Amino acid sequence: MTQKNINFLITTIVIIFIFFIFFISLNKKNIYTNEEIKIKNIENFKTKELFSGNIIDFTSLIDKKKKITVLNIWASWCLPCRDEHEFLMELSKIQNVTIIGLNYKDNKDNAKSFIKEFGNPFDIILIDDKGLISIDIGAYGVPETYLINNFDKKIIKKYIGPIDNVKFKKIISLIKL
Amino acid sequence: MTSQLGHFSLIFSIFFSIFIIFQSLNFFFSKKIIFKSSLLSLIFLQLFFVIVSFLSLLTAFLYSDFSNVTVYNNSHTSKPLFYKISGVWGNHEGSLLLWLLVLTLFLFIFVLSSKKVENKYKLLTIVFQEIIIFGFLIFIVFTSNPFEYLYPTPNEGLGLNPILQDPALAIHPPILYLGYVGSSLIFSSSLSAIINNGVNPEWAKHIKSWVFTSWIFLTLGIMVGSIWAYYELGWGGFWFWDPVENVSLMPWFCLTALLHSIVVLEKRNFLKKWTIILSIATFALSMSGTFLVRSGILNSIHTFANDPSRGLFILIFLFLLIIMAVTILFLNYKSEETRPNNFILLSKETAVLINNWFMMFFLSVVLIGTVYPIFLEVLTNEKISVGAPFYQKLMVPFLIPFLIFMSFGPRLRWIKNNFNKLNFKLIFIFIVTSLISYIIVKYSGVRYLFSTLLISSSFFLLFNTLVDLFKKTVQFPQKISHFAFSVLILSILINGIFSKEFNSNMKVGDELKFMNKTIIFKSINFEEEKNYKLLKGNFEIIESGKRSLNFIPEIRIYNQPVVSTSEADIKTTLFNDNFIVFTLLKEDEIFNVRYQYKPFMIWIWISILALTFGGILAVIKK
Repeated sequence: MTQKNINFLITTIVIIFIFFIFFISLNKKNIYTNEEIKIKNIENFKTKELFSGNIIDFTSLIDKKKKITVLNIWASWCLPCRDEHEFLMELSKIQNVTIIGLNYKDNKDNAKSFIKEFGNPFDIILIDDKGLISIDIGAYGVPETYLINNFDKKIIKKYIGPIDNVKFKKIISLIKL
Repeated sequence: MTSQLGHFSLIFSIFFSIFIIFQSLNFFFSKKIIFKSSLLSLIFLQLFFVIVSFLSLLTAFLYSDFSNVTVYNNSHTSKPLFYKISGVWGNHEGSLLLWLLVLTLFLFIFVLSSKKVENKYKLLTIVFQEIIIFGFLIFIVFTSNPFEYLYPTPNEGLGLNPILQDPALAIHPPILYLGYVGSSLIFSSSLSAIINNGVNPEWAKHIKSWVFTSWIFLTLGIMVGSIWAYYELGWGGFWFWDPVENVSLMPWFCLTALLHSIVVLEKRNFLKKWTIILSIATFALSMSGTFLVRSGILNSIHTFANDPSRGLFILIFLFLLIIMAVTILFLNYKSEETRPNNFILLSKETAVLINNWFMMFFLSVVLIGTVYPIFLEVLTNEKISVGAPFYQKLMVPFLIPFLIFMSFGPRLRWIKNNFNKLNFKLIFIFIVTSLISYIIVKYSGVRYLFSTLLISSSFFLLFNTLVDLFKKTVQFPQKISHFAFSVLILSILINGIFSKEFNSNMKVGDELKFMNKTIIFKSINFEEEKNYKLLKGNFEIIESGKRSLNFIPEIRIYNQPVVSTSEADIKTTLFNDNFIVFTLLKEDEIFNVRYQYKPFMIWIWISILALTFGGILAVIKK
C-alpha cells in the first residue's frame, strides 16, 4: 500500500465516521426533555447569602429531619422565573421541605426588589454571581429546579425551565411520597 | 394557478439538468472537444425556468394566495409589502428555491464570463455544477416543495415570525447565499481542474474573481446577520458564538485562507494541492452549515422545520459530494508539485502559508467548539454547550502573534527578501504603540495581561497598515482590506473591553444613577400599527456636563402570531453607541431596562464594509 492509498483510506474512514455521527444525531429527538432522572451526588459549594452576605456551606443547609430539599436557580431578569414564582410560593407552604434559591448572575438590588415584589418562597437565597456554581451543578440556564434527597444527598429529579402545573403536581407527589 | 406554474417549472428544470449533464459529457468525450452555444442556451433556459418558479412563489406571496401552503404558513394579509417579499425566503422551502436560483444564475454567469478558458475544463465544471443543481432540485421537489396545495383555501395566513420582520434580516439570507453558492462554483471548477490536470496559474487567475466574489458576499452576509443580532435581539452584543453563527464563520476562515493561497498559485505556481483542498473544504463547510442549521441538529431561530427526512437528504447528498471530491482528488491528482528551488523562508509565499496556518487554527477552534457537543451527545449521551469563554481562551493567545505577523507579512516580496537596512520606521511605530498601550492600560483599569498585549499588537498592526497605505509597493485593494481589518480588530477589542452595562427594573418616573449618568424613565405611550401593538418608552439620559439624550425604545406585540419583541433605541456617534432596550415585566407597570454604552461600535461595521470594499476593488481591477 502506498502512502497515497493509506491517506485515502484514512480520509474516507473519517468522513464515514462523521457521516454516522450526524446520521445518529439526526434521528435523535432534539427537543429538550425538561425532566431528567439522573441520580448523582450534589456537588457541595460555599457562597454568600443574598441578604446577610454570610458565607454558607451548601450541605449544611440539608436538613435530615426533612425529606427533600428543593434547589431553584433563578434570576430577577429571567422572565420565565416570574411565571414559576407562584408555584414556588405554593410549594413553600408545605412543611417537610426546604427550598433553597440560587440567584444566578444577578444584580443584588434587583434580586432583592424582585423578592420584595413577588414574595419570598425561599428558606434561604444563595448567590451565584458568576454562574460557576450552576455550571458545577449541571444547569443549562435559568430557571432550573433540582430535588435533592436529604438522606443521601443525591439529586433525584431535575426540571429544566419554569415549573408549570404538570411539573408542580409531580414535585408535590414526590415530596409527599 | 401561479403555484402550478412554479411547480412545473421546477420539474422542467430537473430534465434540463439531466440533459445538460449528458450533453456536456457528450462534448467532453467527443474526439474534438467542442463547446457549442446550444449548451449555453440550455443553461439559460434552465435559469429561465427557475426564475419563473421563483417569481410565481413571489406572486403567491404578494397576492397572499393562501391556497399555497408556504404562503399560508409564513404570510399574512396585514403584513407590509416589503416583508411579504422577504417572506419568500424567510422559510425553509422558499430559501431553498433562492439557493437554487443563485446556483443557476451563477453557473450562467460563469459560462458567459469564461470564454477564453479551455473547453474541457469548462464542460466538466458545468457537469459538477449541474450535479449540485440536480441534487437541490430533487431535494426541493420531493421533500420541500414550496408549491404545496392547500384546500379549502384559508382566509388568513399564519404570519411570519415577527423577529424575522426586519430589514437587515430580509437581506441577510440572499447575501449569505451568494457567498455560499459562489463557493460551490469554486468547488466544481477545482474538481474539473484536477481531472483535466489543469491546476495551474491560469486556472488560479480564472477562478480568483469567483473566490473574491464569494468572499465579499460571505463577509457582507455575516455582517448583516450580526448587525441584526445587535439591535434586534437586544442583548447588546454582535457575536455570540452561537453554533449557527459559527457555521457561517467556518467557511469564511477557509475562504480567507483560499483568497491568499490562490494568489500564490497564480503568481508562483506553488501551493497547488493545498489550494484545491481549501476549495473543496470551503464548499463542504458551507454545505454542512446549511445541513446543521436546516436539519434541526442545532436548534435556533434559523431552524425552520424539524423534518428528519429533509435532514437525511441533505446529509446523504452532502457526503456523496464530499466522497466524490475526495475520490477525484486522490485518484486523479497528479502530484507533480516540486518545491520551487528558489523557495526562501523570508518571502511572500511563506507569509501566505503562515496566514493559512493561522486561519486553519481559528477554523479548527470554531469547528471543535461547534461540532464537539454533537459528537459528545451521540457517543456518551451527555449534553454540553460551548460558550464564548472557550473561543476566547483558545483564540486570543494566537491572535496576538497573528496580528504582529500580519504587520510584517504583507510587506515581504515574492521569492526573496532583503533586510539590509535597519528599519527606523518600524522602531518608531513600536515605540508609539508601546506608549499608547501604556496610557490606555494605565487609565482604563485593564488588568489582564492578554488584553494589554492584544491592544498593543492591534495598535502595532494599525500603524503598520497605516504606513503601508502610503507605500507604492503594496497593491491598493490589499492595503485597504488590511488596514480595514486592523481597524476591525481594534474596534472589536476596545468595544469588548470598555463596554459598560446597566440593568435594572424600573417604573415610570424612576431615576437611577449609573457611572456619571442619570437615567430617567419619563413616560410610556401605547400605539397601534398595522400588524402589531406598540409600547413606546421615553427615557432620558443626562450626563454631567453634557447634552442629555432622549431614547424611545419599543416593545412590539405582534398579532399574527402573537409574539412580543423589543426594539432597542440606539444613538450612534462616531465614538460610541448608547443603547437602551426594555422588556415588560409585570402588567404594564414594571419594566426591565437595560442601558449599554458601547464604544467604537460603528467602526466595526464601517471597517467590515471597507474590508469588503478592498475585495470589490480587487475584482474590478482584474
